[in-house]
Amino acid sequence: MNIDKRITDDLVANGVSFVTTVPCKQLAGVIDEIDQRDEIFHIPSNKEDEGMGLCAGAWMGGKRPAIIMQNTAIGVTINTLATLIQYYRMPLPMLISYRGELREPVACQVEMAVHTKALLAQMNIPTYHFHWQKDVEEFDNILKYTFMCNKPVAILTDANFWGGYGDQ
Amino acid sequence: MIRSEILREIAPIIRDHLVVCNIGLPSQELHMIDDQPTNFYMLGTMGLSSSIGFGLALAQDKPVISIDGDGSVLTNLGTLPTIANNATGNYTLLIIDNGSYGSTGDQPTYAGKKTSLTAVARACGCENVVEVQDRDLGPVLQEAIDSDEMTIIICKCDSGNIKLPVITMDPVVIRDRFMKAVQA
Ligand SMILES: Cc1ncc(C[n+]2csc(CCOP(=O)(O)OP(=O)(O)O)c2C)c(N)n1
Ligand SMILES: [Mg+2]
Repeated sequence: MNIDKRITDDLVANGVSFVTTVPCKQLAGVIDEIDQRDEIFHIPSNKEDEGMGLCAGAWMGGKRPAIIMQNTAIGVTINTLATLIQYYRMPLPMLISYRGELREPVACQVEMAVHTKALLAQMNIPTYHFHWQKDVEEFDNILKYTFMCNKPVAILTDANFWGGYGDQ
Repeated sequence: MIRSEILREIAPIIRDHLVVCNIGLPSQELHMIDDQPTNFYMLGTMGLSSSIGFGLALAQDKPVISIDGDGSVLTNLGTLPTIANNATGNYTLLIIDNGSYGSTGDQPTYAGKKTSLTAVARACGCENVVEVQDRDLGPVLQEAIDSDEMTIIICKCDSGNIKLPVITMDPVVIRDRFMKAVQA
């Protein structure tokens, strides 16, 4: 199974047509895939809180948005999640590379990894963790759930899910 | 002129358009001067007025005006390259540059010192950047809304605030009312 293609297919099938990204090595494939789809407008942002602002506007304009980012960005976006996305009650699927988890080669990434789920839990953000490739089967339902409840929802995807880092 | 005087002057120009308004006193003033369902008031999230307005402009065809502040643009400077590189003609960014963090008591910003937001916007790739003095804003803003080109306006003005109440409208009500106006 090509998970980049599968994720993008699910986004398209759920009417997600506005995607903003800040890259992560793990997300390179899915970002490439999104770039190739006519159904999705991809607008890279410079910081993830900026991206969430774009998504908020796009949603109010009638588009279904999504943000693709690294888990370190949770540290960047707490205020935006609380005072914009949650306060005004807006849906936002967040496809998040979960760096610093099993099969991570870069030690510094663990420093935010240990806070990631605690921060999301503190924010009452529904959180899913994809560890095995087959976990992607839940993505379609997670997207439906997100646009049903108008909340930010986190999908953490670790290195094992993306197939590790080869020989690293 | 101070920000509230500017808002009073441009209220008839922006009244029928979708407006995303900056956190703090700018939103409180606009709410008091001319509350409209087409106004999206930011109650928090300093810095994102330009991003929210730009996302909205990209998602639909109606004209959108983001009213922003110099301090807020400085805190989200990354917005300008994004806007420049994805320009859409229905978007106008109006930066009310009073050279201060007005809402928190007029502490000076760097925009009131050596930093020119006009030059920054141009350097970021924005093609239609107009710096204007407060009293000359009206016609410039009208032209920006009417034109098919995206415009960034930096309106230089005095810092200073009036006393007024906070917005007590529920955020979900603001947002729902706004979304209905977007769809209307
Ligand atoms: C993250 C964050 N830091 C600080 C504040 C406090 N704050 C609210 S409005 C504001 C000033 C904004 O200045 P500017 O954008 O220039 O608008 P002005 O009030 O001058 O029109 C500040 C610092 C905040 N709301 N959020
Ligand atoms: Mg200011």
